[in-house]
Amino acid sequence: MLEINNLYASIEGKEILKGINLTVNPGEVHAIMGPNGSGKSTLAAVLAGRDLFEVTEGSAEFLGNNLLELSPEDRARMGLFLGFQYPVEIPGVSMVNFMKTAINEQRKYNNLEPLSASDFLKLMREKKEIVEITSSLTNRSVNEGFSGGEKKKNEIFQMAMLEPKLAILDETDSGLDIDALRIVANGVNKLRTKHNATIVITHYQRLLDYIVPDYVHVLYKGKIVKSSGKELALELEEKGYDWIKEQY
Amino acid sequence: MTKIESLQHELVELYTNNLAEISSFDNPLMNNIRNSAFESFKQLGIPTRKTEAYKYTNLEPYLTGLEYQYDLSPLSLEVNLDDIFHCDIPELATQIALVLNGFYYRHNRPLNLPRGVILCGLAEASVKYPELVQKHYGKYADEKADSMAALTTMFAQDGVFLYVPENVVIETPIQIINVGYSIKNIRISRRNLIVLEDNARASVLFCDHTMCAKSFITNSLTEIFVGENANFDFVRLQNENSNSSQISNTFIYQKAGSVTTNNTLSLHGGLIRNNIFVKLDGENAASNTYGLFLADSEQHMSTYTYIHHAKPHCTSDQLVKGILDNMATGSFNGKIYVDNYAVKTSAYQRNNNILLSGTAKMNTKPQLEIYNDDVKCSHGATIGQLDTEALFYIRSRGIAYTEARQLLMYAFANEVISKIKLDALRERIIEMVDKRLRGELAACANCNIVHKN
Amino acid sequence: MSAENDKILTEITENDYKYGFVTEIETETIPKGLNEEVVRLISAKKQEPEWLLEFRLKAYRHWLTMKIPVWPHLKLPEIDFQDVIYYAAPRKTPKYSSLDEVDPELIDTFNRLGIPLEEQKHLAGVAVDAVMDSISVKTTFRETLAELGIIFCSFSEAVKEHPDLVRKFMGSVVPYTDNFFAALNSAVFSDGSFCYIPKGVRCPMELSTYFRINAANTGQFERTLIVADDDSYVSYLEGCTAPMRDENQLHAAIVEIVAHDNAEVKYSTVQNWYPGDKNGKGGIYNFVTKRGICKGDNSKISWTQVETGSAITWKYPSCILKGNNTIGEFYSVAVTNNHQQADTGTKMIHIGKNSRSTIISKGISAGKSQNSYRGLVKVLKGADKVRNFTQCDSLLLGDQCGAHTFPYLEVDNETAIIEHEATTSKIGEDQIFYCNQRGIDTETAIGLIINGYAKEVLNKLPMEFAVEAQKLLQISLEGSVG
Repeated sequence: MLEINNLYASIEGKEILKGINLTVNPGEVHAIMGPNGSGKSTLAAVLAGRDLFEVTEGSAEFLGNNLLELSPEDRARMGLFLGFQYPVEIPGVSMVNFMKTAINEQRKYNNLEPLSASDFLKLMREKKEIVEITSSLTNRSVNEGFSGGEKKKNEIFQMAMLEPKLAILDETDSGLDIDALRIVANGVNKLRTKHNATIVITHYQRLLDYIVPDYVHVLYKGKIVKSSGKELALELEEKGYDWIKEQY
Repeated sequence: MTKIESLQHELVELYTNNLAEISSFDNPLMNNIRNSAFESFKQLGIPTRKTEAYKYTNLEPYLTGLEYQYDLSPLSLEVNLDDIFHCDIPELATQIALVLNGFYYRHNRPLNLPRGVILCGLAEASVKYPELVQKHYGKYADEKADSMAALTTMFAQDGVFLYVPENVVIETPIQIINVGYSIKNIRISRRNLIVLEDNARASVLFCDHTMCAKSFITNSLTEIFVGENANFDFVRLQNENSNSSQISNTFIYQKAGSVTTNNTLSLHGGLIRNNIFVKLDGENAASNTYGLFLADSEQHMSTYTYIHHAKPHCTSDQLVKGILDNMATGSFNGKIYVDNYAVKTSAYQRNNNILLSGTAKMNTKPQLEIYNDDVKCSHGATIGQLDTEALFYIRSRGIAYTEARQLLMYAFANEVISKIKLDALRERIIEMVDKRLRGELAACANCNIVHKN
Repeated sequence: MSAENDKILTEITENDYKYGFVTEIETETIPKGLNEEVVRLISAKKQEPEWLLEFRLKAYRHWLTMKIPVWPHLKLPEIDFQDVIYYAAPRKTPKYSSLDEVDPELIDTFNRLGIPLEEQKHLAGVAVDAVMDSISVKTTFRETLAELGIIFCSFSEAVKEHPDLVRKFMGSVVPYTDNFFAALNSAVFSDGSFCYIPKGVRCPMELSTYFRINAANTGQFERTLIVADDDSYVSYLEGCTAPMRDENQLHAAIVEIVAHDNAEVKYSTVQNWYPGDKNGKGGIYNFVTKRGICKGDNSKISWTQVETGSAITWKYPSCILKGNNTIGEFYSVAVTNNHQQADTGTKMIHIGKNSRSTIISKGISAGKSQNSYRGLVKVLKGADKVRNFTQCDSLLLGDQCGAHTFPYLEVDNETAIIEHEATTSKIGEDQIFYCNQRGIDTETAIGLIINGYAKEVLNKLPMEFAVEAQKLLQISLEGSVG
């Protein structure tokens, strides 16, 4: 599904990613861990098409397409979803309008008729339950005035709405209390099928108690320096990142 | 002689040579103050960049260069009102009056208004209701505050007169359509007078249109008196062609406990300059001044406000937002002025602008002038771009770049639109703004008044 | 606020101006009035080279064609420029080579102002150029600085010893044609400070000029020129006081700063000219043109001012951000009390790409004073990615004063992000009550609140000055809250 080869990326001339290799297949959950500043969020942003970063070398294929050539919206329409570490507040744009536009753009891309207003609202109601959002989103602007936990829940809610093939969750656990963490993780688990895949980017092992990964990768200084099964996360939890730093 | 000086000269001559004809229309009360306005005009001259209030509005390219005529009598044109407009915004449908080239259209249909309410041409009113007009006409406008206001008064022969007696509430909004329609380039002057007595309530929508591609220079002046505890909603929609210029002066005078909301939406026009003067002259009065302007090509849109807090316990709120594209220029020049005895004043002012192109230009000058310590005043101004983080976030959800931009521009504009109180009108304006932001003509869907570029 | 509070405030406002004494010292003055002869006389007295006399004469002739500006929010009285003495100097000048030669009266004067001229007694790490009336009296630590190649001396000496540098930069930032007072200063300036920091040198101590008006009927017209060469750094302080006199005295100064590549200049002012008495009699008219140019890439100029003195203040320390990635900063606290008037602010002219500016202005008005912020942020067409943030707050103490904000934002580049915010309010009664409830009396509470309010700016002052400024702020406002 996703095939990253020798990917290099930099920002304002400063190289952040230095040769990433990663393959993700349908049904898999990958965890990418690593100390602060190792390039985890950059990788997520580059895959989603943030133009702040310049890809200088390497390739990334998504469902057989050259991902790096596509606009961010086309990547999204193809089924790539990024759960933002810091979801952006957009005053004046209501959640309903935002999601309706997004869903219908995706449907248009897939040659489907736009959803009727009632079907759309029904869908919203259904999906809200997955992440236990109780408040009305109708009158609220995108992420504006949301608490930290609400913002993260809102990311998972959007993921549920858009049903991506590959979801990249960037530090979705940061700033969450234990209840919110459980809700977010449950949401992700409910959305898991054998046809989609998830990349969970996290600093701590905590989230991986809830979302059990098939593979754990350690990103350090812009490279994946270690890949293994879920036991690697526990090892990191126990030893910290220092032993990785010493080795590489 | 500069172009502006020769224009000034031309206007002075025009006035002097045609005074008899200007004064011959049925407008005795309007004639009374013509000469003092003329003196003010001669003294102040047409504003240039050296005039502090016009520092950022260069009138010259818009007012000079073409030949203009002055229509000194109403256009003897018969129009089928049904053909021209059948505005079907349900709540707005009933009360429409047309003003053609500055003259109240003679064949406007009779309106269904509550007892005692008067809506007619100002000239007509000055003959039919001299006492009412005399009591208010010229009492709130200050021709010395702006020479273009003086110019309006010199030439204006007609306009709209609306009178709402004490305790009368007009439920349906009144829509005044100001149309410029001519086979030659013309100057239009009109004066409006709106009087709401104590506890009265009304909403008025002004739609300013040009009906053909000719060039119009419109000078308008509107005086609004809002009595104690009266409530007045005023929406102004400006949608003229790019060859046309409009300079409007609005003077609002408010008594104790009154509330006015003034929403100016400048969607299209070559030059649009709106001067808004508000005097809060009674305790607990409230004034809301909102504005949105969307300028592109070589348009210039400018807002000048002067909110004068003259009595204690008043509040004022100002929000003006602008989006500028291509070579458009814009300016905001706003002032909150608080008198020494106007204690417990709350006054806010904000101006936000977005530049969409490298050749667009915005100048802003928000000002506070405060002579009293017991106040809460603040102002803010920003000039920037669409938020790139937000753009990316929206696109990452599969929404196309142009659509994402549109969403953000609309969200930016919506803060002003959402202040419009009439639901039906707000919905219609949302559509118009949306179209305008997509670069389409922003005519009402069901109104045949299409402004032509 | 209660009558009790009012009383406390009134009492404190009437505090005396502590620097109002006069030094009895023999002074040489020239006759009142201004004409070409006077300009020539000043130049001759200073034994100036021909080019400088020419500069003065050109400025004088230009000045004759100009009018006093009317746009500030100030009630300017008629100023008779022929009724001013344009040159006054303590008799035993020029310049003392050692302190022993300095008139003991002078040493005493500066001691009373808290500016000891003896190096060993001086605040560690501050070099001072002391200017009394038209003449620089003494510059401390010159030798220490010279070892690093730093030139710090009076303007007159610089003209003699470093004519090339002076000629190259004088008038390059503020041309004599700039405005009425700049032209006047350029014609009749008497002395001032000159400072040059060579390439790569970080000036190890604060440089400071202390200005003192002493003689009666005189105007003070000094000019300061600071040139920071590539990769250098200097922090510069300026203080000013004057005796209490019933007549108004004129002060029209020029400060020019040139910052080359990667250079940084911090310029701090504590302006405490005599403000006049509580009835508005006397006081200095302070018309100052201060401007710096960030000429080289990555350079930075930062203005910090605490303005408490003068009957009338008219000054706009500005930055021309010419180089790319340059930074301009303006931090100001302006206090007006009694009948003082201030129209002050800054201009940030963005020419270079990625140039950034910050403006923090805190106005405090009390008594019957009028306090205006006036500022310009201008972004030129080629200046991509400019960022400006402006915050102007005004605090009003008493119901007879005025606070005004006149910002001008002119943007000609769509990549700029310009933000301006301003608030005006009275001192919070609930804050005072909260303090009272914790056992703090109103007077102290007001002091606390004012200092908290101005903290953002005071923090930018060099340590040696910050404490002084804090006290000054309290003194200027004492008793003014009602």
